[in-house]
Formats: sequence, C-alpha cells, structure tokens
Amino acid sequence: MEKKSFTQTLIHGTDFDHTQLSALQKVTLRAVVMSFLFFGLVAIEGMIMRMVETGPSNPLPKMFNHPEHFFSIMTVHPIVGIFGSTYQLVFAAFMFLVPYLTKKPLYSVKLANAVWILITVGTAMAWLAGFIWQYAPLYTLYWPLPADMEQFKLIGGFVFVIGVALIMIGTIGFIYNIYATIFARTGIHKNKTTKELLISGFGIDGLMNLIHKLTGKPPYSKEPALSLPVVAIFRGTVDTFLDAIVILAAGILVLVYLIADAGGITWDVHAVDSLLYKNFFWWGFDLVADGLVLIYVAGSWYLLATLITGQKLFMENVARAALLLELFVSWMVWSHHLLADQPQPEMMKLVSGEMVTAFELLTQGLALFITLVTLWKARPLKMSPELAYLLGGLIGFGLAVPAGIIQADMGMNRVLHNTQWISFAHFHIALIVGLYMTLYSALYVLWPLVTNNTTLFSKKLTWTHFWLYLIGGVGMGAFAGMAGLDGMLRRHLYVNGEFNTWMILAAVFGSMVMIAWFIFLFNIIMSVGLKGLIGIFLPAKDNVASYGLNEEPEAAPETVPAQK
Amino acid sequence: MNFATSVELLKFHWAAYSIYALLIISIIAWFGYNLTRKEKVKSIVRIPFYGYIAFLVAGGVGHHIFTYNAIPWVAEDIMRHDIKADHEYTISIDRHRWKLPEKPIHFKQGEKVRFNVSSKDLTYGFGLFRKDGTMVMQMQVLPKHHNDILWTFNECGKFDLTSTEYSGPEQYDHETGRDKMLVKDAVVIDCNPKLASK
Repeated sequence: MEKKSFTQTLIHGTDFDHTQLSALQKVTLRAVVMSFLFFGLVAIEGMIMRMVETGPSNPLPKMFNHPEHFFSIMTVHPIVGIFGSTYQLVFAAFMFLVPYLTKKPLYSVKLANAVWILITVGTAMAWLAGFIWQYAPLYTLYWPLPADMEQFKLIGGFVFVIGVALIMIGTIGFIYNIYATIFARTGIHKNKTTKELLISGFGIDGLMNLIHKLTGKPPYSKEPALSLPVVAIFRGTVDTFLDAIVILAAGILVLVYLIADAGGITWDVHAVDSLLYKNFFWWGFDLVADGLVLIYVAGSWYLLATLITGQKLFMENVARAALLLELFVSWMVWSHHLLADQPQPEMMKLVSGEMVTAFELLTQGLALFITLVTLWKARPLKMSPELAYLLGGLIGFGLAVPAGIIQADMGMNRVLHNTQWISFAHFHIALIVGLYMTLYSALYVLWPLVTNNTTLFSKKLTWTHFWLYLIGGVGMGAFAGMAGLDGMLRRHLYVNGEFNTWMILAAVFGSMVMIAWFIFLFNIIMSVGLKGLIGIFLPAKDNVASYGLNEEPEAAPETVPAQK
Repeated sequence: MNFATSVELLKFHWAAYSIYALLIISIIAWFGYNLTRKEKVKSIVRIPFYGYIAFLVAGGVGHHIFTYNAIPWVAEDIMRHDIKADHEYTISIDRHRWKLPEKPIHFKQGEKVRFNVSSKDLTYGFGLFRKDGTMVMQMQVLPKHHNDILWTFNECGKFDLTSTEYSGPEQYDHETGRDKMLVKDAVVIDCNPKLASK
C-alpha cells in the first residue's frame, strides 16, 4: 500500500470509506462521535474543578474561582458525563448490538437518529444553562434548591429543565427502539411468543434451568430465546426506563414551580416534602448506578468474554439468574443515599441502605467471576487491546464496588457521606475505569464491524492510551478519594488549598486521563480522516438497519403457536 | 477492636482498603499475564464456586456486623431516642446562617450530646471538623424535618462547624469564595484527664 503523508492521512484516514456504511453503522458512529466530544468536555470540566481546589496559586482566570461559576460546572459535569457521553456511547453500542445479536433489523434508524440528536441538544442546553445563566442546583436537585429563585435565574432553570427533559425523551426513544427490535417476531424470533421473549428477557429461563438441574429434571429451556448479552440489555433497559420517568417527573415538578414564579405567583416550596422527594429522586437516579450501569456492564463483560475467547460463557444459567436477582436488588437499594438523613426510618436504612445494597457485592462479584473463568478456560489468549481494556474494566469495578459497599454502612457513612471518598474512590473509578474501559473494549471489538474493517492508524497509540488512561483513572480516583478520608467534602468550594497535596496529585493523574483522551481522539481521527468524520454525518446510501444479514428476515405468521 | 474516634476508624479504613486495592490490581494483573502464557500455570489456591459465593456473602454481611460492634456511634444512632443525653442543643439554619444556642458550644470530653438541627428553607448539612480538616461527624439537615444526632465526644479540643451539603452558591462569598457558613471554634470540648490518659 502506498504510504500517505500526515496531511493526507489526516484528511482521508487510513482506508475508511464512509460511503460504504449502512444506515445502522452511520447512526452508531454518530452517537459515538458525540459521546467522545462530550467526554473531552467533561474531562476539561473535571480538570478545572481540580485546579480550583488546589488553591489560590492555580493559574486559572479568576472567574473560575467564583462560587457561581464553580458550582455551575459542578452541576453540568455529571449531566455532560453521564448523559452526553456515557448514555450516548452505551446507546450507540446497544442499538448496533441488539440487531447484530438477534439477527434482526433495528426497529427504526430514524428513531435512533432522533435519540442522539435529542440527547446532544438536551445536554448542550443543560450545559448552556450553567455556562450562561449559572443555574447550579447540582444534579441531585435536592428540593427545594432547584426552585430557589433568590439564588438562580428563572431562564437558567427553564433551559436546564428542558434540556434534561430532552435527554430523557431521547432515552425513552432508545428504550422503545430496543424493545421494539427485541420483540419483533421476525427472523430467529418469528416463532417465539411475546411471553417467551419476556421470560428470557428477565432471566427467568436461566433460574428455571438451575431449579430443574437441582431437582434432576430436564432443562426448562435448552436454547433460551435471547442470548445473554441481549438479556442484560433488556434487563438494564427496564431500569433506564424507570430512571427516565423519575427524572422527568422531578423536572416537571421544578418546571411547575418555575412557571408559577414567572407568572408572579409564589407557591410554598415546602408543600413538597423534602424527604419524600429525596427518596423518590434517589430511587430513580440510583437505577442509573446500581441498575443499568451494573447490569449493562455485566452483559458487556459476558459478550466481550465470549467474543474474545470464541467460547461459550461459563455458568450461563447462573449469569441469567443473577440478572433476575439484580432486578430486585437494584430497585431496593436507594436508601444507601439517605444514611445521613436522620428523619429517614431506621428500618429503611438497615434493610435497603445496608443489607440489600450488600447484595451488589454478590451480583457484581458473580459477573466478575464468570467473566474471569470464561477467559481462563480459553487460555492461552493473545493480549489484544480489547482483552486489556476488558481486564482494566474488571479492575475498575473490583475497586469501585467494594468502595461503595464500605460506605453503605451506618457507621462509615457518618464520616464519609458527601466526602470525596464516594465521589472518587467509588463512582469516578466505576465510571472512568470500570465502565469506560469496558466500553473501550467493546469499541475495539466492534470497530471492524462498524467501520467495515478500517485499519487503525496506530496500535502504539492504542496501547499508550490504554496505560495512560488506566494509571491516570485509578490514580486520580485514589488520591482524590484519600482527600475524602481527610475530610474533604465533595460539594464544597475550597479556596485556600486546604487539601492541596491530594488535589495536586489528583490533578496530575487527571491530566493523564485527559492526555489519553487526546491520543485516542487523534488515533481515531487519523484512522477515519476528517472527510470520513464529516461523512459519518451525511445521509447513508444504504438504508439497511441490520448487520451481516444477506436478506430481510422473514416476518412471523399472524398467529404464533406457543413453543415448549 | 473498637474505634473511639473517626480518626482511628479512617486510619484503619485507609490501610485496609489500600491493601485490598493493591491486592485486586495484582490479582487481575497476574491473571492477565497468565492468560497469555502457553504453559499451564499451577493454581496457588483452588477456590470452589460456592466458597467464593460464601466469601462474598460473608464480606457483605460481615462488614456491617464488624462496624456495628467496632464503631460506637452505630448502636447509639439507632437507639438514640431511648438514650438520655448529657447536653441537648437546638440549632437552626435560615438563609445560610446558623443560629447557635451559645458560642462556643461548650462541654466535657466523654459526654453525650444531642444536636437538634432544623432548617427553615433549604437542605443543609451539619458537620463538625477538627482543626486539621478531618471530619468528626455529620448529618443532613432537611427543611421542615426534625434532624437530630446523638454523639459521644471521646476527644477534646476546638472544632469547626460548616454545612456538609451544598445549598447554593450563597453559602460562599461571591468574590473570595470564602465559606460563609464556616463557624470557627463552634464547639469547644474540655479534656477529661481520665479519658485523655486512655
């Protein structure tokens, strides 16, 4: 092959041809591009906050140290990170994977396009509400702070709430698309009933198989209707839906008060009970962390382990049953967010906050075990980037889940609640290292499928990204987490460099994450080229909404006999 | 094992978690290395599946049993309504300002103290900090709710008070970023020679 100059590669990429991409491939890549752009934004925001916390000697312009500006960044940081980046990347992967794994077309590519556009616009609006109007009630929206118009501007509140609502509408669009695809009775599912698909989706067949095995009966289902990764996507999407409904409801409540205020009516904010609101909000929002993230991640590990090894998953029935168990666990753990709230009933703290939450050690521990054994049974394996990233993801959750379980304890919570411990040792490591390294693994597995075998610009850069990202992510989480043990609060502005040493160390390792992101982006841009990058957003010539199917799958007859 | 103060607990926690973190990273690194080796590696220890499950369950449940027995404020917190305090203080917050019953709040080391804190407007936090910035204890303060905490102070000295929950940028000075809710030396505890010698 003729060697291209740097400029030629930058413009044209290695051998990427966007004109040959199908509609499904293009919509997947569009969301991926937006996700990584938002990742860059969130990394910059994180670095700004770290630098402000290092004290008065930080080199940032003075405005960043103002509380209004600082907390605006803190408000939009999780919105951009969780929804703009993580949701988009996960949704992109699953809108490609569900058709790929079920060998059926995606229900609607138009809807998939609407999803990434809605989430992108919604995230941008929420960000602008912080940037321009400094609306800063934080993502927790603890009532009645979001409706406090003495501290915030009305317009900022409107733009923020509408932005978040658009994100949630986009999320519901994703959910509809996924379920409509899974339940479509075409192709391999043309003879399946909705009941059979539901039983499989909830992992009930896995549980029944286990019970049958223990009681010496023949298997309940020799070939489950849905493959295990699709079960995880199905199951995690239940929590995504509930979470979207709760956040939308919270948004409507805030909006009602904002509209009243705009109309000159002052309503008593205390008509809404702050404790009840907090329970409602955390029940829903916790489903992001303890529901969809853990379940989606477990499903991704299972998929990646089987694709990397080319072998069947170890203890598949246990894995299916564990996903069913996680259904009940994830809906009952929200009280661990309220262990420092004294009016919260003690029994809810003990049962929901401590005991049920501890089950997450079991469900996530099981997923880790099953993935590791599946890999182990297939050795020797080549240490490919996808395997390395998968192991990085396992390290992330291996660190973050126990860190969270430790705090979900009435004794520990009294001295760790709202500190940087939970923020960094738990959820930053869970997201940055655990979730994102899993997603990078998925990205490298799916890369040949989504880009029609485009050659990556540089493997060296891929490995540089891997090491910088892993060390940077773990280091940042560890040092900022230690600041939490020294009493540093997570939703607080420190201007005198009180926790200087930890913050400087966290900033150094945080910079590694940011540099890693630049390297990754550079590698991808050099692979697809600037023309290819723009081409991803141009309409596809090939409207196919499936992958790897030579012909449209056959539709189901009008009545489907139930199968045993 | 018993932790008299949060400093002791957090030191133990720091060491225990650091060891665990290094262990889990090493295990997965070892695992990754051996995945690529052609010769079969001998297992150092063979963990049966049910043994692993039992370990996870024991870890999840045992952690709470351990803290209940080793951290004095857990049982005290659960039973606080039935425990008589040596001192009781009522504190309120309105528009990011504390209304303290006295300044400083003054008592002796080893005494049980109940703080009843109320908020008239927003959700705040009630947190006491040592001079080195480490946290003694905290609770959330929900508006229009009764928020109370019972605490046995096994240490002496001067402690600062601030809100541990974000309640909007008004908590801070617009120009300097200074925490306006920070009350230096809000609580002063006289040393009890008997306890101090322990």
